[in-house]
Parts: sequence; structure tokens; C-alpha cells
Amino acid sequence: MALLELHDVEARYGPVRALGGVSLEVGEGEIVAVLGANGAGKTTTLRAISGTVRRTGRILLGGTNLARRGPETVARLGVAHVPEGRGTFAELTVEENLRLGGYTRRGSLDDDVRRMGEWFPWIEARRDQHAGTLSGGEQQMLALARALMSRPKLLLLDEPSLGLAPLVTREIFRIVRELNERDGLAVLVVEQNAAIALDVAQRAYVLEVGEVAVSGPSDDLARNESVRRSYLGY
Amino acid sequence: MAQFFQQVVSGLASGAIYAALALALVLIHRATGVINFAQGEMAMFSTYIAWTLTANHGWSYWPAFAATIVLSFIGGLAVQRTVIRPIERAPILTIVIVTIGLVLIFNGLAGWIWSAEVRAFPSAFPNETILVGGVAISVQDLGTIGVVLALVLALWAFFQFTKVGLAMRASALNPDASRLVGVRVGWMLGIGWGLAAALGAVAGMLAAPTVFLDPTMMQALLIYAFAAAVLGGIDSPFGAVAGGLMLGVGLNLLGSYIDFVGADLRLPAALLIILVVLLVKPEGLFGKPVARRV
Amino acid sequence: MTRPARSELVKIVLFLVAAAAILFLPRFVSDFRAQQFAYVGIYLIALLGLNILTGFTGQISLGHGAYMAIGGYTTAILISDQGLEIGGHVFSGDLQDVWTIPIAGVVAGIFGFLFGFPALRLAGLYLALATFAVAVATPAVIRKFESFTGGGPGINLFDSPRLTGVGGTDPETFEETPAGVSIGPFDIPTFNEWLYYLSWGIALGMFALAWFMLRGRFGRALRAVRDSELAAASAGVSLARYKTLAFGISAFYAGVAGSLLGIATTFVNPETFPITLSIFLLVGVVVGGLGSLWPLVFGAVFIQFLPLWAQSISKSPGAPAVVYGVILIAVMLLLPMGAAGLIRRVTWLASRLTTRA
Repeated sequence: MALLELHDVEARYGPVRALGGVSLEVGEGEIVAVLGANGAGKTTTLRAISGTVRRTGRILLGGTNLARRGPETVARLGVAHVPEGRGTFAELTVEENLRLGGYTRRGSLDDDVRRMGEWFPWIEARRDQHAGTLSGGEQQMLALARALMSRPKLLLLDEPSLGLAPLVTREIFRIVRELNERDGLAVLVVEQNAAIALDVAQRAYVLEVGEVAVSGPSDDLARNESVRRSYLGY
Repeated sequence: MAQFFQQVVSGLASGAIYAALALALVLIHRATGVINFAQGEMAMFSTYIAWTLTANHGWSYWPAFAATIVLSFIGGLAVQRTVIRPIERAPILTIVIVTIGLVLIFNGLAGWIWSAEVRAFPSAFPNETILVGGVAISVQDLGTIGVVLALVLALWAFFQFTKVGLAMRASALNPDASRLVGVRVGWMLGIGWGLAAALGAVAGMLAAPTVFLDPTMMQALLIYAFAAAVLGGIDSPFGAVAGGLMLGVGLNLLGSYIDFVGADLRLPAALLIILVVLLVKPEGLFGKPVARRV
Repeated sequence: MTRPARSELVKIVLFLVAAAAILFLPRFVSDFRAQQFAYVGIYLIALLGLNILTGFTGQISLGHGAYMAIGGYTTAILISDQGLEIGGHVFSGDLQDVWTIPIAGVVAGIFGFLFGFPALRLAGLYLALATFAVAVATPAVIRKFESFTGGGPGINLFDSPRLTGVGGTDPETFEETPAGVSIGPFDIPTFNEWLYYLSWGIALGMFALAWFMLRGRFGRALRAVRDSELAAASAGVSLARYKTLAFGISAFYAGVAGSLLGIATTFVNPETFPITLSIFLLVGVVVGGLGSLWPLVFGAVFIQFLPLWAQSISKSPGAPAVVYGVILIAVMLLLPMGAAGLIRRVTWLASRLTTRA
């Protein structure tokens, strides 16, 4: 059984149908990418999983159906969502952001905060700084660190490269890959930048107007001419 | 000069009471953008509970004080869960109207249960004065100031150093992002209402020995609390406390040194402060500037 | 028959039925009830005005009782003969009451328009608090300006010969001498019935006025201001002009209602316009439905009859307030969009059912 399974998931914003029956899987220890054009439903797929949009269908996380659960419960079940726009708390300090990330856990968070300082060395010096004063790249890393604080089973990453310099983007994906290789963290990542996503992911799904159009191992998709031209645009 | 200091201290004492109630208003406004018009009536109701415990059930003061705080917390939480939560997504005006409904209910209930008769309420502190550098200071005033400051400090520590306090601050700042990290935002709002009710209860119990106990006792105090909250910045807890203390001292000095103001025009003076602050500096003295869209 | 034509016809029929009901209602109810329904008409006028401000422009006012007070006192001063003096002129009942009604509206409207300028700086609940402060202060201000408001006791209008339709009371038997008004061939036999027709006549006129104002350019501009100030401003709608105008018009309505309230109660004093009046007006608008027009009638009925009904349920002190509060909250929980929201839902359901059939 895969870690996460989506069966025929539909979602709508008011009268507008954003997802029309998406089915996909993320296995244990796997990085999976969701690609597609603007408005294809990539972000909505993540929001359907984390429960920040109304949805129907079956969303199984280790056999538990998430489809009727709110975002608080989904988070408590071990899904950490780094949303579009990062969802950091600009008015709180870096450390407070991290501690909020570990909100669902019991016991002391001191060790985990220290560990985040090892992954992201700049954090140590800026623990008491307000998150709003950080650069875009630092905020994205903080959002990632905050998500990791919950020691998730599954990490949902929404456009981590958005608005960031290529160097910063590469650094973020390097850390994601390292977490995956070292700790077996499962990741479902939505990306506009298909090249970098296919490079890090083992498998990928391409969405088109709310449905899965193509899926397969990253290498196959990257090599497939027609997929490249019609869906990935390079 | 001695009289001046006396007036300042007694102004600080009434200011401390305004501050506690203002802080209650600010807690709820920060988290939900709603002004709870029933905050004063809820506090009045709490004070009646304390009175019943001491006068009818023979409790001594401090146990009754503590029990009232706990009961008020539970009551505030229950009000949020049952009445406010179902309309969370309704227009703000609907929520305001509901708090007005709560005003009617608590006011009516108090009159129904305890009658509108004016009653005396015990004070925790002796009705004495002590001399500090030639100035006679009322022990009651000092006690009132002390209780409120201790409470504010405890509340600050709660928000600053506990997990739930942090989650409550996060919920007020960004409810959606808070849900994503697993914070049950609805309960945080409920706890906020509970804390506000507890603060109001303290304000009511501290005010009752001087303003006496009756169903209308908190109505003027609520207006002073509005003025204090607006003065300090309606989203700033620190501002609410500072605003309350400033208002208490200011009104007391105005009342005793400017004959025209006297005792009658204290309330209009507070209203004038609300209007002037709103027009000149709507974010208050200690609030962040409000971003206006146009 | 085509659909739009049928719905137009339905509207016309409904309007005629309503007009006939209003016209003949006093024939079927007691004089006392007629007076209560007169108050419904008066509240309807005030609600129409408040709704232009709060429902259409999105500015919350918790102080509309203050404009009603201005209207009521304007009428009272103009028709009374109690030596009230403003700037050297002693008023001695110069005008018949009905002619003072538009004046009262205009005076209140000017005050509202002027308050609209400082109000431009305030948004949302800040404005609610500021207007609340004004409403709380109003009784104190009225008492302060004793020379022309009569201070705490207020102004008694019952003796004024300028009050239309009052027969007067026999000082010994306390029986009301038959009074009333004749307009052409129509006889209106009692003061209460006269009040009824006066307030509903004006209410219908002002309803039509509101309808005409709000359906065109002006209404669109107001709604644009409410929905997005930024968008409205970039579409060339002058925020300052429309917001202050809305304040002025809204206060004009309140002034007319206040004038009628003064006439109906035959006296004005600070307690005629308490803070609760301002609060209940806002309640009425929300119960009727923000941004609606004719459903406001439900709001007016609500604020007139619910207190009376609550009173009749229990006489224990405090109990009526509890009943009122519980019903108010229940209405808000069940109908957060007011009566208008319910009506929209019902008509939507009905249209779904008829198209299915």
C-alpha cells in the first residue's frame, strides 16, 4: 500500500470545478512531482490533500481517509503543507515560527530547533528576528524548516521555486533530496519549473484542466518529446 | 502636592480597572475583528456570581475570587462555542448584533435572578490609608493596581512562553496558516473569549466595592474601556493597559482640578477622547498604523 | 406568456395588494393597534435611511438615533410655543407640524452630511465606535442646551395648536374629544389613524424615492464603494462625494422619522431618543436584510412588536430582556442575511421547483 493514495478526487471553488477526478499515489520514501500549466489544478491538488479546499473522493494516508477531515486534523496525522506564499507568520520570530511547526508534537522541541539550525545555518543567528524581515529565499527555507519541525510522514511543497533566485532554488531542492535520501521523507511537490522538479522527483504526474493527463517515472517524462513539448514547454 | 499624588494613585486604580476590561476587548478584537459589546454585561454577571458565593454560600473573599475567574473563563468559552462560532463567517455586523443580544440576555438574567436592587460588594483590601512620604494612599487603590498588574503580567507570560499562548497569537495573525500546522483555531478563539471573560470578571469584582453591585454597574465602565482601548490602539494589549491607566489618571485629574468637568462630564470627556483619537490617530498611541485601502 | 412579463405582473399585483392592505388596515384593527402600526411606518423610514448608509455603502452607524433626535427637536421647536429661543428668535408655533417634517429632514441631513467628512477617515468598527460615542453623548448634549431643547423635561407638544389631528383631552373626564382630519372627501376619525396615514404616506413616498435613487447610477456607485473602495476609486467614483452624500441622505431619512416620532409621542425629551433606539435601528436593518429595500418592513415590525411581545410573555423583571435577546440571537443564527436572505432562498427554491415541473 502506498503512503498516500488519491482516488477520483474532485474539488471546486464555488461553482468552478478545479479538480475533476484526480487519482495519484505517493509511495513511502518517494519524491513525486505534480506538473502542469497555470490553472491545471496543481495547487488545488495539494489543498485537497491538506483540507484547505472542499473536496470529494477518497484521500488515503496510510489507510486513513482524509477527505472529510479539516486541515488541523490532516496536519496532526502527519502531513506538512508548505503552501503557496509560504504561510510563515511575518509578525512572529523565526524561533516562534519553528515552534509552531512542532505544535502537534509532545515534549521539548529544543533538539529539533537546533537541528533546523544545522540544516539552515543562518537560522542560528536570526532566531529572534521577525520572519517578515527575512529575504524571500530565507522565508521559503523557514517555511520548509517549519514544516519539518512536525516530523511529517509526508511533505507537500507548493512551488518552492516561485520568485526565488536559481541558486536559492537549487539549495532548497538539494535539502529536500537529502532529507529524502537520509530520513526517507516522502514528498509531493508542485512545480512550475519542470526541469528541476523532474530532476529531483522519482515519478511525476502532469495535470491538465483538473485531470491527470500523463504520468510515469521522471526520466521517461523528461525524455518523451511530445510530453515535453505539449505539457512542459521546453 | 500631596493631594495631587493622591489623585494620581486613585486615578491609577480606576485606570487599572478600565485597563482590565479594555484588555478583554482587545483580546477578542485582535483575534476576530469583533468588538464584544457584551463584555461589560458578562463582567457584571460574573461579579454577581462572586457576590452569591460570598454572601449566600459563606465563601471567603479570595476563594470566591478565584472560583469566579474559573467560572467566567468557562462561561466565556461556552458563549463563544455555542453562540459566536455558528456565525463566524457571517458579516461582522451580524456578530455585533449577536453581542448586543448577549447584552440584553445577561442584563435581563441578572435582574431576573438577583433583582435590580443595588447591593454592597466586599473588598479584599482594608478601607485604610497608609502614609508614603507624607501622602496618604488608599490601601484599596494599591491593592486594585497590584491585582491588575499581576494579572497582566501573568497573561503576558502565558502568551509569550506557553505553547497555547503562541498558538493563540498565531491564530489571530493568520488563521489559515495556523490550521496548516495543526492548531485548532476555533478552540483558540474560544479560549480567547474565556480569557476575556475572566479579565472582565476581575474588573467587575475590583470595581464593585466602589460602584456597587447592580445590573447596570458595568455600562459606564464599558465606555471607559472602549476609550482606553481606542486610546492605546485597539489591537495592542500593551496599549490597552497603558491607555486604561492614562485615562484613569487623566479623567481623575480633570474631574478634581477643572470645575467645569466635575463628576458629570467624565463620561462625555471619555467619549470625546474616543472621537478625537479615532479621527486624529485611529491606530491609537501604541498600535501599528492601520493600512487603509484608499 | 414570457417569464419577465409574468414576474413584472406579479410585482405589480403584490404592490397593489400591499398598498390596499396599508390603506384598509385601520378599518380592521383597533385604534391602539393603528398607532402601533404608525410606529412601524416611522421605523421603516429610519431603516430605509440607515440601510442606504450601512447596507449599500457599508458604513456602520450605531448613532442614527442622534439624527432622529435632531429631526424630532427641529419639529418640536418649530411648532411649540414655550418661549424656546435660538439666537434671539423666540419660537411661538410658527408652522403647522406637517410642514416641519421636510425641514426636520433637511436639518438632520445637513448634520449627517457634515459628520460624513470626519467619518471618511474611519472604517468598519472604528466608525461604529465613533457613532456609538455620539449616540451615547446625545442625551447629555440635549440636556446641556436647555435654552432651546427644554433640558431634561423636554418639550410637550400635546398642547400645541400646530399639532394636526389632536382633539385634546377633557381635563375632568380625561376623555379624548373626537378629533381627526378631513382631506377632501376623506375623513380620518382619530389622531392615531391620522398618524398612521401620515407616517405610511411618507414611508411609501420615501420608499419610492429610495428605490429610484438606488436602482440607477447613484446606487451602483454606492455599492461599488461598499464592495471595493479601491476598485470604485479607480473606476472614477469619488469616494468622498458618495460617502458624505450617503451620510447626508441617510440622516435626512432619520430626521424625517425623528420628526414623525416626536409628533407621534406628542413630546420630545432626551429619553425619546436613547442609545437603545440607535442600537435597535441597526438591529432592524440587519434583521430586514442589509442592502435590501422592502424586506426592511420585517425589520420595522421586529423592532416595534418584539419588545411588546417579550413583555407580554413574562412580567418578571429582566425576563422580557432575556426573551428579546434570545430571539434576536436566534434570528441572527438562523437568518444571518436577515429576512431578505430568507426571501431570496425561498424564491430561488420556488423557481427551481417550477422550472423542474
